[in-house]
Amino acid sequence: MNEYWNDIFGGAKSLAVGLNITAREFFKPVVTEQYPHFVPRMTKRFRGHIELIPNEKTGAPNCVVCGMCQRACPSGCISLAGEKPEGAKKKVLTRYVLDFTTCSLCGSCVESCKFNAIRFSRDYNLAGTNKDDFVFDLLKRLEDKS
Amino acid sequence: MTVPIQCAPDETFVLNLGPQHPATHGVLRVKLTMDGEYIVKAEPVLGYIHRMHEKMAEDGTFAQYMPNTPRMDYLSALSYNQGYVMAVERAAGIEVPERAEYIRTITVELNRISSHLLWFGAFVLDLGGFTPLLYAFDDREQILDLLEHVTGSRLTYCYYRFGGVYNDIDDEFITGTREFIKRLRSRLPSLYHDLVTGNIILIKRLKDIGFIDADMCRRYGATGPVLRGAGVEFDIRRNEPYSVYPELDFDIPCYPEGDSMARYMVRMDEIEQSLRIIEQALDKLPDGPVQAKVPKVLKPAAGDCYTVVEAARGTFGCRLVCDGTKNPYRLKLRSPTYSNLSLFGEVAEGMLLADALAVMGSLDLVIPEIDR
Amino acid sequence: MDTSIWQPILYLIGIMAFAGLNAAYLGWCERKGAGHVQRRIGPKEVGPYGLLQPLADGIKLMTKQLLVPQGVDGILFRVAPILAMIPAITSMVAIPFSPNIQARSIDLSVLLIFALASIGMMAVLIGGWASNNKYAMISATRAVSQNIAYEIPMLIMVITVVMMTGSMNLEDIAAKQQGGFWNWNIFPVAGESVAQALIMPVAFLIFFICSIAETNRAPFDMAEAESELIAGHMTEYGSMGFGLFMMGEYLNIVVGACLTTILFLGGWDCPLGLLPGVWWFLLKIYILIFTFIWIRWTYPRTQIYKLLNLSWKVLIPFSLGILLLTAIFIKVEGFLI
Repeated sequence: MNEYWNDIFGGAKSLAVGLNITAREFFKPVVTEQYPHFVPRMTKRFRGHIELIPNEKTGAPNCVVCGMCQRACPSGCISLAGEKPEGAKKKVLTRYVLDFTTCSLCGSCVESCKFNAIRFSRDYNLAGTNKDDFVFDLLKRLEDKS
Repeated sequence: MTVPIQCAPDETFVLNLGPQHPATHGVLRVKLTMDGEYIVKAEPVLGYIHRMHEKMAEDGTFAQYMPNTPRMDYLSALSYNQGYVMAVERAAGIEVPERAEYIRTITVELNRISSHLLWFGAFVLDLGGFTPLLYAFDDREQILDLLEHVTGSRLTYCYYRFGGVYNDIDDEFITGTREFIKRLRSRLPSLYHDLVTGNIILIKRLKDIGFIDADMCRRYGATGPVLRGAGVEFDIRRNEPYSVYPELDFDIPCYPEGDSMARYMVRMDEIEQSLRIIEQALDKLPDGPVQAKVPKVLKPAAGDCYTVVEAARGTFGCRLVCDGTKNPYRLKLRSPTYSNLSLFGEVAEGMLLADALAVMGSLDLVIPEIDR
Repeated sequence: MDTSIWQPILYLIGIMAFAGLNAAYLGWCERKGAGHVQRRIGPKEVGPYGLLQPLADGIKLMTKQLLVPQGVDGILFRVAPILAMIPAITSMVAIPFSPNIQARSIDLSVLLIFALASIGMMAVLIGGWASNNKYAMISATRAVSQNIAYEIPMLIMVITVVMMTGSMNLEDIAAKQQGGFWNWNIFPVAGESVAQALIMPVAFLIFFICSIAETNRAPFDMAEAESELIAGHMTEYGSMGFGLFMMGEYLNIVVGACLTTILFLGGWDCPLGLLPGVWWFLLKIYILIFTFIWIRWTYPRTQIYKLLNLSWKVLIPFSLGILLLTAIFIKVEGFLI
């Protein structure tokens, strides 16, 4: 019997406490970010898809086509090709394609690169309607940027 | 109050709970044989999200398996990351610098809190309360921001490396974490305990419902908060200490009742204990390198090793068999939720549908981890 | 009384407009309320403050295909959503919004509204049964057992009020409470007996809890417990079939709030006895409706047997006690005072 009254009065009190808390929260300012109107800034270490780093002087990619990133990638989403032009010492990148559909942003490629040639981008608005939208030609991207 | 019921087989019907159902939180299917609202038999059906994670380990190098680990349990990704990294470190004999171990502890405990907060929200959502979910997400968002700041990602972190961590933490992270500890401590009593834990409706729905005793846990191999809610004080962090846990002072919450409320309370107390751990680890954080010298291509000697860590849902074990090549020969993962779910069939028998779903919520299921 | 044909038509249009507006905009209120309780904004993109959101939702629901799944009872499946809506609108005929705004003054209006409310519950039963879906079926049976359990204490409370007033006409009940909050049934200090004033708040509370349960609102939304029964009786409904169920639910809330206001809160009376009018009535029902929303977004859901226990073990004994005490206070003049 004691429990019965406890349930009624204790219960009613707990319900009132709950209402009080939600009422207080009701008048507090909202905490959500209004996304399309306010665009969040990505942090320094944000992992977007990778992009090529241009050489500071020439603007050409730093990449020497060693293929370490290709080998390090667990999902095989990087494919690159290069050629050695006549008379040049180093290979020159001719094609760097990232298949973002299978990329899991683990960062193995960025870590494996010894030539400071790739980094994470800050792009996150990546919605698309076609699977082919996510096969990025990073070389073309770099040229478009510069 | 589970009342075993007698009924003729032709009066029962089969209810497919899932694979698409709001309460299963993923593609879990439970085949329920029902008699009215009572469950006569519950049979979890798995395999809807099997991705052969263990086989994938054999195909790549040790490092290439890293991004797979957070994708098993996406809510406490760092624990899984740590479990795998520790297994490889043990196999290859890599010593981890102390600062890296502290960073691991801080981040993994933050991840544990975020996992428990999400569980809290989802559990109350299972019980029909929507608002606590968003309060919990508000706090979880702070953790995600903090972890994004150091790891670069928000959910499937791939932050630990063999012999250390990916990059060092900075002052911004440390002050942010300290602020977060203060914030969560101030919010826990009112927004969590007053609003939800003390609520008579919640108490009535959880107390004395879904008994899981220590014996049942042993039979099914249930670990984590389920086991601690059954009165067994078993926590890998204490029983088989790893990393820097022996140097930190923390309690292991343990409730002997064995009902849903006990499991709920264990997790709520664990949040507070994790805050304590983070606070101490931040105070003790030594200087030094965060990455040991590790050979470029790992080729551990032939042999096998087994490491366990305490993930948010229980014991995560990683058995690694190496044959001296650069690929693992075999990787067996022991995931806690698989064992925790196995006992659901026995617990749910004779229970009301609504109660059974409350019990299922209290087990804290993450389906991709069950199927792997 | 004016007997022209225009009066009923005017009331018909008025009631339909009131019902339609409420059904549409309570959805908006609920979403805004839920949003702010959870520290979000809620609808904001469609129109200023998201005010055109109900319109957008309505257009979306109406343009969707009305899917009738295989194996359902075709006629009942189509009838159920309409049945959810009609009783709620019909009830408004009997509700006095102010002394001179009432479609029809009916002597037994209290009885009429409760009879109609029971038909409203039939919509859940029929919809759940006709859907040929196990979840919907469970929901339908739950709804009926819940309805039976909660109609009893609710009606006992109504009888208490009817005994105090001596009339089953809502207009009379409200008219008797005029002249300030001390005359209201919730705390009738100016009534015959002060002891009566002490038990009436409890009566109000019981009535309010029952009206939450009767309208199938959280935390008593057993029929559409989305984490157990997906959407209960509405699982198989899409497009406007679902829309009508939702509108029916909101209209039931409005009717429930109107009843509570008339029976306990003095109807159109101003708390201080000044300027009575329809504005006070509307203010009171919207405060009550806001409380409904507030409660929904605060508590977790109860479990069906705990819910029935609450009714049979707590509410019914208490309401019977209140009924008995009221009878004694009325019969024995000057009892305790």
